[in-house]
Amino acid sequence: MLKIKNLTVEITEDPGNIILRNLNLHIPEGEIHVLFGPNGSGKSTLIQTIMGFPQYHVVHGSILFKGIDIIGKSITERAKMGVGISFQRPPNIPGLKLHKLTEFLVLQRNETTAEIGRKAKELEMRDFLNRDLNVHFSGGEMKRSELLQLLLQDPDFILLDEPESGVDIQAMKLIGRMTNVLLGASPRQPSQPWSKKKAGLVITHTGHILDYIHTDRAHVMCHGHIGCTGTPSRLLEDIRNLGYPECVRCHERLDDQLQLKLAGR
Amino acid sequence: MAKTSNEQLKERARRAITKKAKYGVDVDLNAFKLPETNVHDPVANPSELSSRDEITLLRKAGFSDNDNRTSGSYLQYDFDTICSKSKDPGVEVLPIDEAWEIYGDWLNDYWWKNVSIDTDKFTSQTELHMTRGYFIRAKAGAKITYPLQSCLFISQNFGAQNVHNIVIAEEKSDIHIITGCATSAKAGLHVGVSEFYVEEHASLTFTMIHNWGEDFVVRPRSVTTVKKGGNFTNNYIIMDPVKSVQLFPSTYLEADATARYNSILYGHPGSTMDIGGRVVLQGIRSRAEVLSRAATIGGKIVARGILDGKASNIKAHLECDGLILAKKGVIHAIPELIADRPDLEMSHEASIGRIGEDQLYYLMARGMTEEEATDMIVRGFLSIDIEGLRPEIKAELEKITSIQMGL
Repeated sequence: MLKIKNLTVEITEDPGNIILRNLNLHIPEGEIHVLFGPNGSGKSTLIQTIMGFPQYHVVHGSILFKGIDIIGKSITERAKMGVGISFQRPPNIPGLKLHKLTEFLVLQRNETTAEIGRKAKELEMRDFLNRDLNVHFSGGEMKRSELLQLLLQDPDFILLDEPESGVDIQAMKLIGRMTNVLLGASPRQPSQPWSKKKAGLVITHTGHILDYIHTDRAHVMCHGHIGCTGTPSRLLEDIRNLGYPECVRCHERLDDQLQLKLAGR
Repeated sequence: MAKTSNEQLKERARRAITKKAKYGVDVDLNAFKLPETNVHDPVANPSELSSRDEITLLRKAGFSDNDNRTSGSYLQYDFDTICSKSKDPGVEVLPIDEAWEIYGDWLNDYWWKNVSIDTDKFTSQTELHMTRGYFIRAKAGAKITYPLQSCLFISQNFGAQNVHNIVIAEEKSDIHIITGCATSAKAGLHVGVSEFYVEEHASLTFTMIHNWGEDFVVRPRSVTTVKKGGNFTNNYIIMDPVKSVQLFPSTYLEADATARYNSILYGHPGSTMDIGGRVVLQGIRSRAEVLSRAATIGGKIVARGILDGKASNIKAHLECDGLILAKKGVIHAIPELIADRPDLEMSHEASIGRIGEDQLYYLMARGMTEEEATDMIVRGFLSIDIEGLRPEIKAELEKITSIQMGL
């Protein structure tokens, strides 16, 4: 579903400040991938570049979504093609009711507004429908609001930027369960196979969300590209045991070996 | 017209005919002419207006030709009252000259008692060249379920409309008046003197929608007194182009009374708006809240607000927020607090900015175009939650604001 090749990205307002270097990533249909990495490794930049935020400028490389290169397409076009994102820190929009936004989301899919109430109930967000978007929301409430919006938007490819940050243990369970629904699993039997049509990329700094959702592969980001790839549980264990500094060192060793190899050629 | 003011009042008015207003650009009153009378035929029911050309203008100003869900209607074209009727025994609606005929001297207790006749040339002009106005009285104890609708319409080009309105909400009554102003003319002057009397424990919500033309000059002058435990809510909505509008209504609160002002202002290129208000908290435990949301796409908006605290245990808050949506737009927020004693609580907030890129991208990531996202953010900004409003009136207000915002 998503194929990123040799992607190099700089900050638009600071040309030459390269955040992602020659990054490659392939997420096939039906797979949920996890992105680990220390702060500042470029995780958020990657998903914001996939979504098309103009703060980041693609220097070279390609992002193929459903076989089409989406570089040059607007945020709106990408959303309409089926990319959806849960923001780590969504902005406040005073005066705009959550309900108004959810209405837009169901109407753009030609669904009825009855769906809003049902989904909001499952997420315990009914009382928030009449609230100004994100204004005075707690961390967990923001994440639930993001989930509600995404459930109603129903994208094919889902980007989740730290869905667990600022969430207490109690709410974590609910968020995990509903994230499974969003990713295409049955809410009651999350161990059932997903809908094969969906795919996703989940950023997690702590890995807590992985106790609640099924994921297929994991990647560790270092210095703006993907250092290593493996099964989520194995990589998480390594990171927990050795910490990110070791990941970075390991990555640097690999980098050196690569440089030596190239030099020896 | 029946005799209204005495010679002493007239003399004070004459002396103020050249007196400039405190705020806003000066206006040459001679550029406008008084409308002729008996030009427009009256109608028995607003429904008779359904096929008229101007009906869309009236509807946009909140005046409906279907009066099922109203408690009454007052409609005036230029000088002439077109329709004046009550549908609720608890409320009385009359053209002001008829009210003088019926009530005579009693009306003197309300005539130029809140508003000073010599405030400026506009109050003076209203006295010396009055072109009617309305009298509305909610009877003691009456809870008026549906809003009462009124519209002041100008059809004569360069016409001057100088109305004098009296509104009385008697003890423990509860009424909502929606008054729209609209025009089919290109240029004109509208001056409206409105005196509101909210008696003990009564509740009056007054919603004014202004829909003037690009060459219109508008100078309303209103003052409200709220007796013990009374409530006054004043909503003001202006979304269409206007040349110049300046208004600064004042409200005086007795003990335990409350006042709320909500203004929604949208400034077009070429429009100058100087909109504000003052609440004087004279009674103990009185409360006031003044909110203003101003957005400009090129117009100049001055948003004023004065809270004057004069009694113990009062609480008052003032908020002015501005959104500049295009170059050349100007917003000047002037919030003021005055207090001369320590045992009270007053606060203000003001902000001016533009739409945040993060807000735009957020909504675009949900599938909106940039235009749709901008529209949704601005509409949100210009919607004010009004606390304590009955649901049917809330719904009515939402309907009006969405028509105003072109939905």
